[in-house]
Amino acid sequence: MTAPLLAVDGVVAGYRPDLPIIHGISLTVAPEEMVTIIGPNGAGKSTLIKAVAGILPISRGTVRLAGKEITNLPTHRMASVSMAYVPQVANVFTTLTINENLKVGATALSKEDAARRIERGYEAFPDLKKFRHKKAGVLSGGQRQMLAVARALLTEPRLLMLDEPSAGLSPLMVSDVFQRLKALVDTGVAILMVEQNAKAALAISHRTYVFAEGRNRIDGPSQEMASNEEVTSIYLGAGGRKR
Amino acid sequence: MLQAIADGILSGSIIALGAIGLTLTMGILRFANFAHAELVTWGAYMALGVLALTGAFMGPLEPFSFGVPLIMATLVAMVLTAALALAIDWLVYRPLRGRANHLTLVFGSFGVSLLVRMIILLIFGGGAQYYSNTLQIAIPVAPGLRILPDQVFTLGLTAVIVVALHLFLQKTRLGLAMRALAENPELARVNGIDTKVVVRWTWIIGASLAAISGVLYGLTVQLRPEIGFHLLLPLFAAAILGGVGNVFGAVIGGLIVGLAESLSVLVIPAGYKLAVPFMILLLVLYIRPTGIFAGTVGGAK
Repeated sequence: MTAPLLAVDGVVAGYRPDLPIIHGISLTVAPEEMVTIIGPNGAGKSTLIKAVAGILPISRGTVRLAGKEITNLPTHRMASVSMAYVPQVANVFTTLTINENLKVGATALSKEDAARRIERGYEAFPDLKKFRHKKAGVLSGGQRQMLAVARALLTEPRLLMLDEPSAGLSPLMVSDVFQRLKALVDTGVAILMVEQNAKAALAISHRTYVFAEGRNRIDGPSQEMASNEEVTSIYLGAGGRKR
Repeated sequence: MLQAIADGILSGSIIALGAIGLTLTMGILRFANFAHAELVTWGAYMALGVLALTGAFMGPLEPFSFGVPLIMATLVAMVLTAALALAIDWLVYRPLRGRANHLTLVFGSFGVSLLVRMIILLIFGGGAQYYSNTLQIAIPVAPGLRILPDQVFTLGLTAVIVVALHLFLQKTRLGLAMRALAENPELARVNGIDTKVVVRWTWIIGASLAAISGVLYGLTVQLRPEIGFHLLLPLFAAAILGGVGNVFGAVIGGLIVGLAESLSVLVIPAGYKLAVPFMILLLVLYIRPTGIFAGTVGGAK
């Protein structure tokens, strides 16, 4: 097995150090691998991603990216370690234009690089270019998700983390978003995402982790997980399919 | 009537400058800073102090009552006011942020405002003072309307600052970062913005504008330790009227408050003039709590 790009080891984290939500979670993401985290509500899926992104404090355990320890990295320095994160809700600035959203996303870049990569972003997402001078608040859910992903890719991360990219999208948009994510992995980006939509996530990802009550429960290749009885009982049977 | 309108626009533009700083800090730091009005007083007195210390009076730049020394003194006062704002943030607000709720910060700012006012009173005394004793002749511009050259200067400077600030918020990276931070601090950090740096600049800009507002107040009215106390309500009325975080809104709000104050004298006894901003504040909160222009930093569109 190749050395992992992201290695999370025994991480304990939560909104407050004395009230952990995840109790010692470990996982790895290999380069160019797509990994999904699923689990019932309250399993600590989003908490883990936010802890890796430095948004929530980690009280124990370590996070390594390409061998370098990045535990409790200040969130605004994510780009410097080649990592990007797309939150689930409120993932664009609704009062700024599309173009301004992308400019803010390019904060870590020089002005020349920013302009060049924003242009490239528009080529990949022509819909965004059409609306470049409109406020992001007028965009549909799917368009916002595209903008959020386009923004995250500006810094050319090796690891992209997404919190429920399919949330609130129509089935058609979901497959569109997932196709784009799959295409991204083919270009060399590793993806770690939390998904509520287990079926779709298992169908496109390489490996899947199932969390329950803030701990690892089971993990393995996504194809095997889809037919795993334990997974269905923990996850699908536990009333986790809210949507 | 004409004179009342001119006076209203003048005091409105001074209120506007103070309110811009208030609206920015309220929008970005997310609490009502009651000490902001004291930054206006502090700025006015710092300029007076620098003027007294340097002493070198080079003579006014005709037709204004002031000269290069006051302009230099204002620049120093801006730096000193920004320094005070940063010191207050570091000593008082920073330890409270994150640990206490917003109301604690608001009460903290009350304490700070009293402290700053008393310090000014101790150093400079309670009497009214002036930057210059030169008497200015008002220029009659229209029948029944006379304006001092200093007042024209005040209006012009306010206009220049508003336009400059608008361009800053729209066109520069820091301005964009401030607008992003005002909408969603966590997303701003995720986007790579070092919010601590942006907060620091917000204080510097807000305090500098407060200092200018104070100097203009001292120039066109007089210097008293209660400047801030009297401006507190008009500043909040203007900022809330214009929508918290909205720079242009604060300017319009300032002008409305200034005009309402000076026009009110035509109908109600002058003694009630100070209650006018309070009435405006109540009305706005009752009818349209988000302000005339629902506020976000920089955007009036």
